[in-house]
Amino acid sequence: MTGYRLVAAGDSAIVIEFDDRIDAAVNARAIALASALQEASVRGVRDVVPTYRSVAVYFDPLRTAYDQLVDRIGQELRHPSPDPSAARPPLRIPVCYGGDLGPDLPEVAAFAHVSEAEVVKRHAAATYRVFMLGFVAGFAYMGTVDASIAIPRRPTPRVRVPLGSVGIAGVQTGIYPAETPGGWQLIGRTPVKPFDANRAEPFLMQAGDHVQFFPISREEFTRWPSA
Amino acid sequence: MALRVIKPGMLTTVQDAGRWGYQAHGVPVAGPMDPCSHRLANALVGNARAAAALEVTLLGPEIEFDEERVIAIAGAEFAVTLDGRSAPLHAPFVVPPGARLTFGARHRGARAYLAIAGGIATPPVLGSRATHVISRMGGLDGRPLRAGDVLPLFNARRVQSAGAPTAPVLPMPERDARIRVMAGPQQDRFRADALDALLSAPYTIRQDSDRMGFRLQGPPLAHADGADIISDATPLGVLQVPASGQPILLMADRQTTGGYPKIATVISADIPIAGQLAPGDTIRFEICTPQQAMAALIAQERALMPLEADRS
Repeated sequence: MTGYRLVAAGDSAIVIEFDDRIDAAVNARAIALASALQEASVRGVRDVVPTYRSVAVYFDPLRTAYDQLVDRIGQELRHPSPDPSAARPPLRIPVCYGGDLGPDLPEVAAFAHVSEAEVVKRHAAATYRVFMLGFVAGFAYMGTVDASIAIPRRPTPRVRVPLGSVGIAGVQTGIYPAETPGGWQLIGRTPVKPFDANRAEPFLMQAGDHVQFFPISREEFTRWPSA
Repeated sequence: MALRVIKPGMLTTVQDAGRWGYQAHGVPVAGPMDPCSHRLANALVGNARAAAALEVTLLGPEIEFDEERVIAIAGAEFAVTLDGRSAPLHAPFVVPPGARLTFGARHRGARAYLAIAGGIATPPVLGSRATHVISRMGGLDGRPLRAGDVLPLFNARRVQSAGAPTAPVLPMPERDARIRVMAGPQQDRFRADALDALLSAPYTIRQDSDRMGFRLQGPPLAHADGADIISDATPLGVLQVPASGQPILLMADRQTTGGYPKIATVISADIPIAGQLAPGDTIRFEICTPQQAMAALIAQERALMPLEADRS
């Protein structure tokens, strides 16, 4: 867990890659590095993007002291700052499972050879880690889904997945923050918006967060106060 | 203080310098496909570098102004007329109240930038006015312009005057462009001969290309060990290669992350040239060193900076 390498992506991005696997400890290193670099606000840096096992630093090549940036990255790698996300309490997110809000729940139950209620129980039992965000604004890739219900993506993606849909794709779970095309198996829907540009805090989740889902009834779903 | 859209053109969007700073949250950057011409158009009317302007694609719009303004057009060469009289490219000019600006035949390049003194005043989303159509974010309700749209404008800070055309900063590519790349970030995920294959023959931009990316057709690039990687960040100008071996050049509207290996990255100075290409055009890739990439970017900056200094 000590390996890393620095690679250039063209003339205006550096990528710091850690061990090539999906793993909470590797991911925590990437997030800690990204947070430290964001805090450091190095001149010319435009964006710092942590993903599963790497961090991309985007910079303006004409306005960045490149050596200083690489030095700063080196310092952080030698003496890592703590992962700030570790201290945050888990987020609890309500989900109305099954029915027309979770049209693939029967398929997941068949895949797992258990009842729909048991799928819900297993999905809601775990505490998930937000490994990264991507795809669209506010889409969090969360893991790790219990192996028994880790159904692969649908063979043909849906053209439109409703906002708030909660899906499974292998060992990943996630919430669609907007109506988009999508291939994940939909097991429910949350009344909470993962992304709202007009909210004081536009993003519900950030990389490194921990998330727990809890079941709510259809009636609770309908009446849930929109944040 | 507004402009009215009479005809929208094929794909006309509001673009500023892009929505930087939110990629960690999955928010795509968007912004102009040809950032150099976008910047030039703004410079010519005395706007800040990142002011919102219109990006016009292939078939241009027809626009009416309700009050006198200084405007400028840069980038792709269209036959533009103002109330029937020929309007200049790469020069600021005055549009009188009620005047109608019409984009006609296109000669070279794919995207023109129309900057209006003061800038477009649509509401910013996450700090930017850039339109990202796929996620319906920014610009005017997150969509391309339609007939009848009215775009709010900021007051011009001071009266700009018409001026002589400047030399073009970016020569518009013919239908076959030379684009320089640096190897990486993941050339080690490919067979040793893949980079040579990329440089060996031109690639054609397929019809299903858009502001997200150019799907290219040309010599296939062989992976060393499969086409799946653990998803990571996708920089502007990167060439990602799915299992087919046919590369996709990621452009302004790209997603923030992706799961395909990336063999090479277009240098910053050549992004604007790529942004002036359209489906059917071809690209010849050439390898270059970081030093050459910087020299090219500095040359571009030296051409743009004096224009901005003169007018700000």
